[in-house]
Amino acid sequence: MLNVALPKGRLGEKVYAMFEKAGFECPSIKETNRKLIFENPEKGVRYFWVKPSDVAIYVERGAADVGVVGKDILLEYEPDVYELLDLKTGKCRMAVAAPREFRDDTERTLKVATKFSNIAKEYYASLGRDIDIIHLNGSIEIAPILGLSDVIVDIVETGTTLRENNLEVFETIVPISARFIANKASFKFKNEPIEKILASLAEQTKG
Amino acid sequence: MIISDQVLKSNEKAMFALRELYGMYGYSRFKMSKFEEYDLYVGNKNFLISDNIITFTDRGGKLMALKPDVTLSIVKNSKIIPGYVEKVYYDENVYRMANESYKEIMQVGLECIGAVDTYTLSEVVMLAVRSLALISNDFVLDISHLGILSRVLAIMGVSDKAKAELLSAVGKKNLHAIDEICSAEGILPEKASLLKSLVSAYGSPEKVFDSLGESANDPVIRDAKNELLDILSPVWDAVQSGKVRLDFSVVNDMNYYNGIVMKGFINGIPQSILSGGQYDRLLAKMGKKAGAVGFAVYPDMLEALAPSQKQYDIDTVILYDENTEPMALYNTVRLFSEGGKSVMAQKTIPEKLRYRQLLKLTESGVQILENNA
Repeated sequence: MLNVALPKGRLGEKVYAMFEKAGFECPSIKETNRKLIFENPEKGVRYFWVKPSDVAIYVERGAADVGVVGKDILLEYEPDVYELLDLKTGKCRMAVAAPREFRDDTERTLKVATKFSNIAKEYYASLGRDIDIIHLNGSIEIAPILGLSDVIVDIVETGTTLRENNLEVFETIVPISARFIANKASFKFKNEPIEKILASLAEQTKG
Repeated sequence: MIISDQVLKSNEKAMFALRELYGMYGYSRFKMSKFEEYDLYVGNKNFLISDNIITFTDRGGKLMALKPDVTLSIVKNSKIIPGYVEKVYYDENVYRMANESYKEIMQVGLECIGAVDTYTLSEVVMLAVRSLALISNDFVLDISHLGILSRVLAIMGVSDKAKAELLSAVGKKNLHAIDEICSAEGILPEKASLLKSLVSAYGSPEKVFDSLGESANDPVIRDAKNELLDILSPVWDAVQSGKVRLDFSVVNDMNYYNGIVMKGFINGIPQSILSGGQYDRLLAKMGKKAGAVGFAVYPDMLEALAPSQKQYDIDTVILYDENTEPMALYNTVRLFSEGGKSVMAQKTIPEKLRYRQLLKLTESGVQILENNA
């Protein structure tokens, strides 16, 4: 049985369709209910919906053999997994944003509010900039408005939320998209189905 | 003294079995202190799997570390005798920080230091295979040769800066990152393809060496390939049955490692349980002119294979009360324990205790209250 961790939400649904196309369908997943685990013994596959930021943990610890996760999570937590394919979907970018009138005063320590502390730390370390990280778990956009921080480091998809809060992107740190990942041990012992899915996903993302 | 098999936990059984195996091949036990001067690690931080070292200051003001690794201590203490290979094994606990918490990890392994040759390398690989087989027959040992990987990187003309990034991508089988790094470095796509096909080919030597195409004729690659095949010859049965596989995504820091590197997996355990390789460069860094190879096994990981709950906590519980004659109770308990069963006497039992048999000791003798076995 191949265990697949999918991120709850629109991206997960889109990615499930790709797995279905690869021949690993599980019709019960489309039923409207609150179940989180769905199984198709005939195809030897079990899907489960988990919080997007938890997919990598399930895969790294072997509770899931494979999964789909955003590159942001892989950069932030650096799980010990194989990153087998860029699915080229769920595209967005990790960016530094600030109020439109913001000017970086390099004489002062820069206050950075973010959910992605490691990414922010690494980015500013590469610039040699002294920063003060303020780790927040949500509504990052209001931090500079309330004077909690100078800038934010966050995921930007369309930029609408930023605009509505009078913020704009100053720097793009890294482009983000969904990745197909596998547990390193599962890759050895369930190599055939994993390679089969990988080949089909690679075909589907071509071009 | 004979120790019953039931008393030992799976990690302890593995540890004793591995010690016996290594002893049989002439490896002698290396016992060391739990503490080491921090200086030893600070100069070789990248050699360590985890760079989170737990330190403390001793009474003389010297910075000490709880040993995070065994190999460095062994190398430091090794004496190089020309033509001789020092062979040692160890079972030690090492200390690391993981997920913001302190961890004590059991590590059993072996090291060969000195005149390491093809025979020594093949013996170490054979012992790695036998170590995994002792734990479970459902194992895979992945093996790579850094000589081949570094030659491929040289053919591609990779800069030192990009090399570290590329190795990280190789370790994750991350082909799209390899593409991105190569394109940023101005490396031609066909050269990037060579590395990509080498990293994605996984399995038998024929399949993996096929992925090298024309480059297999490069003299450096050809020599490394032949060396690898020689090293694998004592375990060729395991190669053919797919238990030993070539995987060039197995990488270690090239500043320390050269030649073979390996990782072992047991079905049911989500991380590698064995890791090791040839680390001549560490010896060179420590000013010793010799070769070295070794591996470590982490028996604590066997916990993942054990059933999550024991079926029974105890074989027999004997209930007694204030009127029970202590000597009669003592004799009954002894009788059961001598029969090889675990037994305890209690006046009352907690609700969730699971036992095979519940007995009551009365004046007229032993009465069976429950029998679950």
